[in-house]
Amino acid sequence: MMLPGFPDAAPLAGLAGGALIGLAAAVMLLGLGRIAGVSGLAARAVGIGGSGIARNGAWMFVLGLPLGALLVVLLSGGIEAHFADPLTLGVAGLLVGIGTRLGSGCTSGHGVCGVSRLSPRSLVATITFMAAGIATVAIMNAMGLEVLK
Amino acid sequence: MRIALPSLVAGTLFGAGLALGGMTDPARVRGFLDLFGDWDPTLAFVMGGAVIVMAIVWRIVPRMAAPLFEEKFHFPTRDDLDSRLIGGAALFGIGWGIAGLCPGPGIAALVIAPWSAAVFVLALLAGMTIIRLFEGEGR
Repeated sequence: MMLPGFPDAAPLAGLAGGALIGLAAAVMLLGLGRIAGVSGLAARAVGIGGSGIARNGAWMFVLGLPLGALLVVLLSGGIEAHFADPLTLGVAGLLVGIGTRLGSGCTSGHGVCGVSRLSPRSLVATITFMAAGIATVAIMNAMGLEVLK
Repeated sequence: MRIALPSLVAGTLFGAGLALGGMTDPARVRGFLDLFGDWDPTLAFVMGGAVIVMAIVWRIVPRMAAPLFEEKFHFPTRDDLDSRLIGGAALFGIGWGIAGLCPGPGIAALVIAPWSAAVFVLALLAGMTIIRLFEGEGR
């Protein structure tokens, strides 16, 4: 299905993917009583803080992420992806790592789990990181910086 | 096993959802953030789909005495807003905008573009470690 005015958008695949993410968060919450926040679970897995889940659970969740992506790659016969150069990825990764720990969460914990619960902290965090991301892309585009290959 | 298996199932569903929704392609994510340019609304559908499912799930939680495989629910109870939250979210958003990756897609992309994703994930862990070192074990 095409979205009028946005020929490159993938609304149905997006909704289906989003529903799977919601289902994943539902398994964590209804099954284990935990928030499916990727930054917290990743930190917990490697032993630098994060959520209070048993460490093997955190590892299993983190290992599941590439496993699930691999299943989609195999079933769909390949996925298009464009990544930045290593220096850009390194700078971005550092900022994301620092920001998610200071801000107690990322797109999954705040953006999905917190927003759906109308948590004031998550709503504010989500509006803030969306605005910061939009501003960053706008500024980089104005400067003519093309980072994705 | 009681914790490990549901966690693996959740992680796998999550990674599949990210890949299916196009979120493992930084171009899609940056396309969404390019609100004033060539905007790609796909991420809004991904987030919308996930939020709709979870909004229903949050209605179920109060009707359950305990989660299925654990003794009790653990979710954040804080509702205060502080500069740490807002500053952290802003730094995260800047990094997210620069490369079009956040933690979930970065880790999931290890099977799509291993070297690029590995650089991002290692830097992500380094950033988290910096905060840990500054603040100690307390948080």
